[in-house]
Amino acid sequence: MIDLILDGLSWGLLMLGSGFVVVGGIGALRLPSFYTRMHAASLTDTMGTILILAGIILQAGLSLAAIKLFAILIFLLLTGPTATYALANAALLSGVKPELDCDESEEPLKK
Amino acid sequence: MIMFAIVSIAILVTMALALIRALRGPTVYDRVLAVNMFGTKTALLLSVVAFLYGRPDFLDLALAYALINFVGVLAVLEFFQKRSAAKTSQSKD
Repeated sequence: MIDLILDGLSWGLLMLGSGFVVVGGIGALRLPSFYTRMHAASLTDTMGTILILAGIILQAGLSLAAIKLFAILIFLLLTGPTATYALANAALLSGVKPELDCDESEEPLKK
Repeated sequence: MIMFAIVSIAILVTMALALIRALRGPTVYDRVLAVNMFGTKTALLLSVVAFLYGRPDFLDLALAYALINFVGVLAVLEFFQKRSAAKTSQSKD
């Protein structure tokens, strides 16, 4: 019984995770500017990684493999946002401007 | 077993899309973004394949690949940042 519940839960997590990963991949290909593409790529880095690795951990049960998977999860969660931050910082410093919807000359916060 | 196959196909599709972005990307940062995404998806794919084929020693490879990918992306970014900074200071002179 508990095996069946765990199996169903890991099916759900894995399918949701692969959905997130594919959506992020399509977004990274099709979105219009660099910063929006970065947003789509970070979707696969966080949500897709968490869901897929959680699904596999449920399949692994209590074993050394589960600990290794947990280490991979923690490591990817630490490095993904750091790499994205460094990328955005480097792009901004080298003059890649975000595309804004409003005119840049007028201040967007002033009413 | 079939669920690992479905997940690995989804990750492979995303890796193909990231490769297309890396080839098309107008700026160098688009390419770095796509390569970084490709690397993290490789670590994920390795950990899924470990369970697909029942070989848990692949998990060590996934961990090592995640480490190498992170350091590699940071090194490439540092390189391009220095180069673009040198370019802008040259054009100001």
